Amino acid sequence: MSEPAANPIITIRNLSKSFSGVIALDDCQFDLLSGEVHALMGENGAGKSTLMKVLAGVYRKDSGDIRLDGRAVEIDSPRAAQAYGISIIHQELTLMNHLSAAQNIFIGREPRGRFGILLDENALNQQARRIFEEMHLRLDPRVRVGTLSVAKQQMVEIAKALSFDSRVLIMDEPTAALNNAEVADLFRIIRQLKARGVGIVYISHKMDELQQIADRVTVMRDGRYIGTVPMAGTRIDRIISMMVGRELVDATNHIPDTSRNDMALEVRHLQRGTVIRDVSFSVRKGEILGFAGLMGAGRTEVARAVFGADHIDSGEIRVHGKKVDIKSPKDAVAHRVGYLSEDRKHFGLATGLDVATNIVLSSMKRFLKLGGLVDAGGIRAAAQGFVKQLQIKTPSVEQQVRLLSGGNQQKIVIAKWLLRDCDILFFDEPTRGIDVGAKSEIYKLLNALAAQGKAIVMISSELPEVLRMSHRIVVMCEGRITGELPGRSATQEMIMQFATQREAAKAA
Amino acid sequence: MSSTQPVDLPVRSPGVISVVKGFFFDPATRQKLLAFASLLVLMIFFSVASPNFLQADNLVSILQSTAVNGVLAVACTFVIITGGIDLSVGTLMTFCAVMAGVFLTFLGMPLYAGIVAAIFFGALCGFTSGVLIAKLKIPPFIATLGMMMLLKGLSLVISGTKPIYFNDTPEFSAISQDSLIGFFVPAAPIPNAVLILFLVAIAASIVLNRTLLGRYTFALGSNEEAVRLSGVNVAFWKIVVYSLNGAICGIAGLLIASRLNSAQPALGQGYELDAIAAVVIGGTSLSGGTGTILGTIIGAFIMSVLINGLRIMSVAQEWQTVVTGVIIILAVYTDILRRGRQ
Repeated sequence: MSEPAANPIITIRNLSKSFSGVIALDDCQFDLLSGEVHALMGENGAGKSTLMKVLAGVYRKDSGDIRLDGRAVEIDSPRAAQAYGISIIHQELTLMNHLSAAQNIFIGREPRGRFGILLDENALNQQARRIFEEMHLRLDPRVRVGTLSVAKQQMVEIAKALSFDSRVLIMDEPTAALNNAEVADLFRIIRQLKARGVGIVYISHKMDELQQIADRVTVMRDGRYIGTVPMAGTRIDRIISMMVGRELVDATNHIPDTSRNDMALEVRHLQRGTVIRDVSFSVRKGEILGFAGLMGAGRTEVARAVFGADHIDSGEIRVHGKKVDIKSPKDAVAHRVGYLSEDRKHFGLATGLDVATNIVLSSMKRFLKLGGLVDAGGIRAAAQGFVKQLQIKTPSVEQQVRLLSGGNQQKIVIAKWLLRDCDILFFDEPTRGIDVGAKSEIYKLLNALAAQGKAIVMISSELPEVLRMSHRIVVMCEGRITGELPGRSATQEMIMQFATQREAAKAA
Repeated sequence: MSSTQPVDLPVRSPGVISVVKGFFFDPATRQKLLAFASLLVLMIFFSVASPNFLQADNLVSILQSTAVNGVLAVACTFVIITGGIDLSVGTLMTFCAVMAGVFLTFLGMPLYAGIVAAIFFGALCGFTSGVLIAKLKIPPFIATLGMMMLLKGLSLVISGTKPIYFNDTPEFSAISQDSLIGFFVPAAPIPNAVLILFLVAIAASIVLNRTLLGRYTFALGSNEEAVRLSGVNVAFWKIVVYSLNGAICGIAGLLIASRLNSAQPALGQGYELDAIAAVVIGGTSLSGGTGTILGTIIGAFIMSVLINGLRIMSVAQEWQTVVTGVIIILAVYTDILRRGRQ
C-alpha cells in the first residue's frame, strides 16, 4: 500500500492557505488512493482539518493544485465537493437538532413526491432506514436529532456521509464521542467502504485505532507537509517524532520537589451526575498538576465544578487546608481560585476592547476613585506592569485585543487573573490555537508562576504538552480519575492506557 | 451503497401508546395545547364576565378582527422559524394596500390587477429585505426596521398622505366583507376575510410541513452553518422565505384595504408587534427551529379575544394596551423557560 500508486483519486500539490495574514497551510501535499485508509496526523493546529476543509469546499485555497483522477478541479463550495464525490464528517457536529435523523441525512437532497412539489417523507425515512440497517444501527429515522446522545448524533453524521455514495470520505476525529462497540461498528463500515474502492482520509490522535485501520499515515506540522509512511512496519515513536519534529523544547524540564509544600487545593469525592464520578485530587503550592484524558472525559467539567460555574451533587473542596463552600465563580474568586477557559474569545476576553480594559475588567472596583470615577492612570500603570512582566507583545495598552495573536491574548487572560490575586489557577487547554513559538512562552510563564508558589492545574489534550509541563499527571476517563503518574517518568502510552480505561473494559 | 434510490422497506407505524405519549409530551404539542387551553379559559372568562361576549355579532367581529393580524402572523411565522424577525410587516401591509389603490383607483385597472399588484409588491419588498439580510448580511432586526420606516414613508409619498378610496371598484370591498360561507350556510355569515385567513393558514401549513421551502425554513433556524455545509444555497432560501413573507403581507394589505374600503397610508405601524406576539404565544420560538401555523392562528385568536373581551368589559383603551404588553412579556418568558428546559 505504501507504493505511490499510478492513479490516486486525489492529488494535492503546493497547496497554501492563510487566514487574514496567518499562514495555516504552507505548500502542502497529499495523495489519496482508492480503497485506502489514509491517516492524517499532527498536533493540534498542524493544519489537518484546514487541509481537509479545503478539499471539502468549506475553505477556498489561496494557491496550489487539487487533482481528481489526475484532472485539475476547482472545489469552491461544499456542493461542488459533493458533486465530485467528496464528503466530510466534520469534527464538530453539524446537525440540525430540530429536524429528524432522516431529514438531516438528506438535507439538500430531499426526495419529492409525484408532482415534485411536496416532499416524500416515506421515501426519505425508508432511504435513511436502509442506510442505518447497512450500518447495523438501531435508530428510528423519524427521531429528532436533538434528543439523541452525542454518539448517536455522530452516527447520523456518518450515515449522512455514507448516503452520498462518495468516492472520497473524510473523517475528522470521528470516534471522539464513540464507545468501543460503536468504534467497532464504524471500523466495520470503513472496511466495507474500502472494499468498494472508496478512499478514506482519517484524522485521529488515537494511535491504537490507526494501527487497526490505517494503511498509510501522512504527518503535518505547523501547516506543512512532513512526510508519508506506511502504517505497517512504522514504529509509533517514528510517527510521534515526525509530529513533534524537534526534541522536546523543555526535555530537560527540571521538576522541583514540591512534596513538602503546603497543600493549596484539595478536592474530595466530587460528584456531579454521571459527568463527574467520585473525583479526588490535590495540588500543592508551586506544583503543576496535569489533567490528561480524551475529549469528553470530564476534565473541563471538574474545573468548572471546582470554580463554581456548575453545581455539584456532593464533594468537599479545601483551599489552603480550610473547607470552603464554592457556589458560584464569585465565591471561587473570593478564595483566590481562577479558571482560564479553553474558549478565550467566548468566556475570557472582550476582544473589541483594548488591552488595559481587558486586564482590569474583573478588578474594576479597585480602580475607582472617590465619587465613582475611574482611575485611568492607575489602570494604565497596572496594565503596563503586566505587559512588561508577561512580555505581552502589543504596541500599547490601548491596542484592541482582537488584533493581537492567540498567544498574547492568552497572556492577557492570565494577567487578568493575576491581578485578582488568584493563587490557584486552572488552565483549560492553555495553548489551543496558539502557534508553536508562542506556546513555549506560555510554558515558560506557567513554570515561572509555579516557581512563585502558585498552584496550577493544567488541562490539556496534547500529550506532549502534558508530559513536558506537569510535575504530576492525573488521567481521567468517563468522569472518573483512572490513574495518577509522576511527571518525571510518565509516557504517552501510560497516559493513553489510563485515558481509555473504560468501565466496560475494566469489568471484563 | 446506492442508498439514494428508494427501496421498499416497511416503515413501522408506532404503537398507539407511543403516539398518545408523543402527543402529550412533545414540547411543541404541549405548547399548542397550552395555548389552546388559554384561549378557552379566556373565552369562558369573558362570557361569564359579560353577556354580550357570546353574541353572534361579537363572535363574528372577533373573527373579522383576527383576520388581518392572523395573516400577518402567518407571514411572520416563517421568518421567525428561520431565526430571523420581520419588523416591517405592518407598514408593508399598508404599502401593499396603497399599491392596490394606485392600480385600481389611480390607474383605473380591473380588480384582479389590484390583487396581483398588492401581492407582487409585497413579495418584492420581502425579496428586498431578504437580499439585505442574506446577501449584505445586515442583521434582520435592523434590515427590517429600516424597511419599516422606508415603506411607511413611501406609502405616504405615493398616496399624497391622503387615504385612497376604492369607490370606483365597488366589488373590492367584497373581498373581505361579503360572506361566501353565508351564501351557502345562511346561519353562519362569516365574512370572507376569515375564510381567506383559514385558506392562507392551510396553504402555509402545507408549505411549512410538506415542501422543500418548509424543510429549509426549519433547517435554517436550527443550524444555519450545518445547512451551508450540506451544500444548500442558504442565501437563496432565506430570500425565498422573506419574499413569501412579503407576499402574504400583500394578502393582509388587501384584507385591511377591503374592510376599510380605502388604503390608509398612516396605518400599519404597531401591527408587526401584534403579529410577532401572536406567533410567540402560539409556541414558535424566537430562537428559531420550531413553530407551527396552527399555534400561530391560536395565538392570533388569543390576542383578539383578549382585546375584544376587555373592550366589552369597558376597560379603557389605555389599559388594553397595558394588558397586551404584559401578555407579550409573559409569552416570551414562557419561550425562554421552554428553551431552558431543552
